[in-house]
Amino acid sequence: MPEPDKHYILVLKQDCPTCALIEPVIAELEAAGRTLQVWCQDDPDFPTCVESVGDDRSLEQSWRLNIETVPTVIRMRGATEVERTVGWDRSEWLRIFELEQLGNGLPDFRPGCGSKSVEPGMVEKLALRFGDITLSARRIEIAELEDPMETCFERGWSDGLPLVPPTELRVVRMLAGTNRAPDEVLGLVPPDLQACSVEKAAINAVMAGCKPEYLPVVLAALEAALVDEFCMHGLLATTWFSGPMIVVNGPIANAIGMNSGGNALGQGNRANATIGRALQLIIRNVGGGKPGGVDRATLGNPGKYTFCFAEDEENSCWESLAEEKGFAADNSTVTLFAADGVQGMADQKSREPDSLCRSFAASLLTVGHRKFAMLGDAFVIISPEHQRVFSDAHWSKQQVKDRISELTLRSGAELINEVDGIAEGMPEFVREMELPKFKPGGLNLVHAGGSGGLFSAIIGGWLASGEMGSSPVTREITL
Amino acid sequence: MNEVFLDPTAELNPEGRAVLPRLTSLEGKTVGLLDINKPRGDVLLDRLEQLFTERGVSVNRYSKPTMTRVAPLEVKQKIASECDAVIEALAD
Repeated sequence: MPEPDKHYILVLKQDCPTCALIEPVIAELEAAGRTLQVWCQDDPDFPTCVESVGDDRSLEQSWRLNIETVPTVIRMRGATEVERTVGWDRSEWLRIFELEQLGNGLPDFRPGCGSKSVEPGMVEKLALRFGDITLSARRIEIAELEDPMETCFERGWSDGLPLVPPTELRVVRMLAGTNRAPDEVLGLVPPDLQACSVEKAAINAVMAGCKPEYLPVVLAALEAALVDEFCMHGLLATTWFSGPMIVVNGPIANAIGMNSGGNALGQGNRANATIGRALQLIIRNVGGGKPGGVDRATLGNPGKYTFCFAEDEENSCWESLAEEKGFAADNSTVTLFAADGVQGMADQKSREPDSLCRSFAASLLTVGHRKFAMLGDAFVIISPEHQRVFSDAHWSKQQVKDRISELTLRSGAELINEVDGIAEGMPEFVREMELPKFKPGGLNLVHAGGSGGLFSAIIGGWLASGEMGSSPVTREITL
Repeated sequence: MNEVFLDPTAELNPEGRAVLPRLTSLEGKTVGLLDINKPRGDVLLDRLEQLFTERGVSVNRYSKPTMTRVAPLEVKQKIASECDAVIEALAD
């Protein structure tokens, strides 16, 4: 008589040579009086020796039992699993079933096959169907005749480019990119000051085209954008050009395949392109910030679709942007800056650091307006060939910044209204002052770009910098 | 079952797509009158044009080549760019 507190579950699939091999063993087990519940993943008539095979073509049992390999034998006591073994290993089966012999004539050992429940993409599908994943976003059913791509445009979710339709399955896969709970609130997104959960961020990351492994970067970027110092509401609302630029530092940049090399500020890299876009879509969709609405930009700039790249730390002779902000080299971070477009700075002749600093200074003076001082900040994205001029002369990053600061210091008299026949300028009261072009800390250097080209990029910032507007914000990326 | 999307917005608006806001006044507005080319549609539209004009509302007239098909893109774009509202006449 079978012992009531000892029964077994056996999960198989017909399309598995090891499962087929052990078919006679199942008959032996039944003959020996072992109570066996057999589930088959692909054919309810397999194995033929078992009278009532459980049909697990839905894979519900396999998912609930966490089956990774077939065959799997689970020994149960009541409703509790005592132990399990996978594949065919005679000694294990003898031990689990407490028998002296089994499967005579079969080889001693055959590995099993992968369970259908863990095939690529299946885990999330099953978790969604049978699991306890609770997504709280409103479900929008698309009519049969609607083109899903057009629906995304018509509902106003798009920045003007096609979106990846945010299906539940895609969102569940996206959420697998973070350990954070879907209902964790990341903050209130301007301008409507609506709470953005990890789930809402993930939905927008799906639409932007992100892979799940980018999600932690998107979440950190959003958190940085919502820090008061960054002033996302004002940045959105301003008539000025700027929008959030994201610089990624640390090991995650290489891990997710970001571009910090050739064309780092341009198109063609999925992570660069979609992380920046995801942040903008969250502002648009969760925050309600749209051009013509609260976004009052006179012209805007193409970086408002997306503006995200990584610093090339590996080939840099300087401390990284994140290290300057106090993070360790093995921390991954995002730094957000209220950035305008890219202004090229060519200097193909300077081989001495001072000469190159003078070139940078001359170009940096035009940020915002040549007669402005201490308004917009600037990032210089220094190319490898330009950085080499400094590394050959053993100039530190701070030395370069200090020299550029000296060279961009001007007397107020040059800058005030009407001077040089230009009505625009600084107010009269600065006439007797010496004015730096940038506020303290307002000039940042980041190393990126391709190996050829004695060019760097100047990225000017929102004229409302610092306390009156936006300051760069750095935030650590956590999984 | 039809495809389901998860709402990426803060869900401040109703799930169904809202119709465009209605005009609250016709003052200074232009109304398009679209004849879909069904018999006697012009009778209704002529009368409407008369009533609008008496009230100082500008009117533009448009027509579809055939009532059996949706309006050509060009006609839709013309109406959308030239008018604040449109009245489409069905008749017989």
